[in-house]
Amino acid sequence: MAMPLESPISFTNIGRIRWWQRGIFASQTGYVLLALLGLLIVMHFASPYFFTQGNMQNVAKNFSFIAIATLGITFVIITGGIDLSVGSMMCFSAMITSMVMSGLSTPGMPGAFLFVHLAADGKTVVANVPGLILLVSILAGLVTALIVGLVNGFCITVLGLSPFVTTLGMLSIVRGLGYVVSNGRGSFPGGPDADYFYALTSGDLFGVPAPFIYLVILAAVMAIVLHHTSFGRHVFALGGNEKAAELTGIPVVRVKIEVYVICALAAGLQGIIISGWLGSAPANMATSYELNVIAAAVIGGANLAGGVGGPLGAIVGCVLLEVIRNGLVLAQVSSYWQQTLVGVIIILAVLVDRIRSRIA
Amino acid sequence: METAGAAGQPVLELTGIGKEFGAIRALHGVDMQVFPGEVVGLMGDNGAGKSTLVKIIAGNFRPTHGEVRFDGNAVHFYRPIDARAVGIEVVYQDLALADNLTAAANVFLGRELKRKFGPFAFLDHNAMAARALELFGELRSETRPHDLVKQMSGGQRQAVAIARTRLSNAKLVMMDEPTAAISVRQVEQVLGLIHRLKEQGVAVMLISHRMPDVFAVCDRVVVMRRGEKRADKSIRDTSPEEITALITGAKEAA
Repeated sequence: MAMPLESPISFTNIGRIRWWQRGIFASQTGYVLLALLGLLIVMHFASPYFFTQGNMQNVAKNFSFIAIATLGITFVIITGGIDLSVGSMMCFSAMITSMVMSGLSTPGMPGAFLFVHLAADGKTVVANVPGLILLVSILAGLVTALIVGLVNGFCITVLGLSPFVTTLGMLSIVRGLGYVVSNGRGSFPGGPDADYFYALTSGDLFGVPAPFIYLVILAAVMAIVLHHTSFGRHVFALGGNEKAAELTGIPVVRVKIEVYVICALAAGLQGIIISGWLGSAPANMATSYELNVIAAAVIGGANLAGGVGGPLGAIVGCVLLEVIRNGLVLAQVSSYWQQTLVGVIIILAVLVDRIRSRIA
Repeated sequence: METAGAAGQPVLELTGIGKEFGAIRALHGVDMQVFPGEVVGLMGDNGAGKSTLVKIIAGNFRPTHGEVRFDGNAVHFYRPIDARAVGIEVVYQDLALADNLTAAANVFLGRELKRKFGPFAFLDHNAMAARALELFGELRSETRPHDLVKQMSGGQRQAVAIARTRLSNAKLVMMDEPTAAISVRQVEQVLGLIHRLKEQGVAVMLISHRMPDVFAVCDRVVVMRRGEKRADKSIRDTSPEEITALITGAKEAA
């Protein structure tokens, strides 16, 4: 059906968009990244301790503690949705993981005989297969997150509830369930596999904190998924024009459920990692973390109206928040200022982007 | 304006189409034929039943009565994708474009070209951009595949929406008010695009309020009023005055 052209098409009236007017250079992520680099330079001169290896490791570890969940919520925000249940989800997944781990490691508990036996001295607990308990308990935590994500997605797409209300309810439900299953006491990872658990969550590889390694891998995967698969393209289309997405035959319901599941899984994984670092999963763990996570995503350039966002922005937002926190501590400013400053930065970041798009 | 006309088999044939929404009768006994390479104008006042008719053909609604035949076969559409599968494409009034994506991404939305790498399928950006550029060329629209739709003029957006219909071998393209919200120069471009489709043997149904556009590109005009077809005339045998009279009801039927 291709028609021979009388002449190849010429672009006489339509100029080419300059490189600095497109892609990352014309995005909020770009500006915030620039601001972050500026801040790093300022910090370097303000405090001799900032660029020390110990402090850098500390910063990398700390921002990784919210960055994985931020990657997840970025998917949801790109589709124009929101998930307020991430903080509760972190806690609940971590709790389930550590409860399953210590449950399976206690001889006498139901099912535990499959995993552990007592050593000859009658006291030491020995794993039948080393690492199996760890695997099962982490899977248990992630499956819990998966179920919560499915329920969120189902309520939003099939029942047609608003994402804000659904996930606000889920925030409360999941937190409440956390208190129910633990009786409000929290739980501790224990048993023969606990050492592996701590090594995987709060250990490091050649001086690089483990959570940071996971973050980099997941961010790379996310970048590929968002920009080089049709799922990613549909996520963006959904945020840009949901009606168009539906008319062009995109499976809107499926894509939406998938993003809420991804978000819940990321939050669950994040919670499990945090509990490894804390050494426990208290029932009030990660309370109000959803606000930090959303703040980081928004500062990094994810647009709550939908259609814009990415892994780089999510990470940049998290790093900026952590560098400010860290910087205020090093500068011996009262840490109470941190929250105030974070709020100012949220508004400034969005404001700069608004001004820029009005000029362009 | 000389075309295949009455010769040959109609691509779309409606017989006795009726649609009721509860107690409201939106359409009643509509018979209509559209032939390949023909541009048919569908006119009528608000509430005359144009949109309902278009939505039935596009698969958004199922008719309460009557039969839709496409390419000689009776068809039943449950969803818009079913209609698209047999070769009916719709350019919606709001164009159904995602502003935050590029022109090429919008053209291929929902039917992305992919390349397999083992178990994974990745988007084939180059192939999509090349094909989109080809389509824009056919439509004589100066549109770059990599530009964001957000930054485009009304005419370019229209070209993107129309290019989407050229992706598959569409036999019937329905355009809902394509000239309603764009400038004079861009209207010219869009009418040009309709001519291109016609040259390629595609049947076009133009739903429009703008009399000059209908008389500029259509071979035939169908007038709807109060859910019924009131006129079906070759453009040569009628005049804007007569059509206006038919639309308003000053003249009952022709």
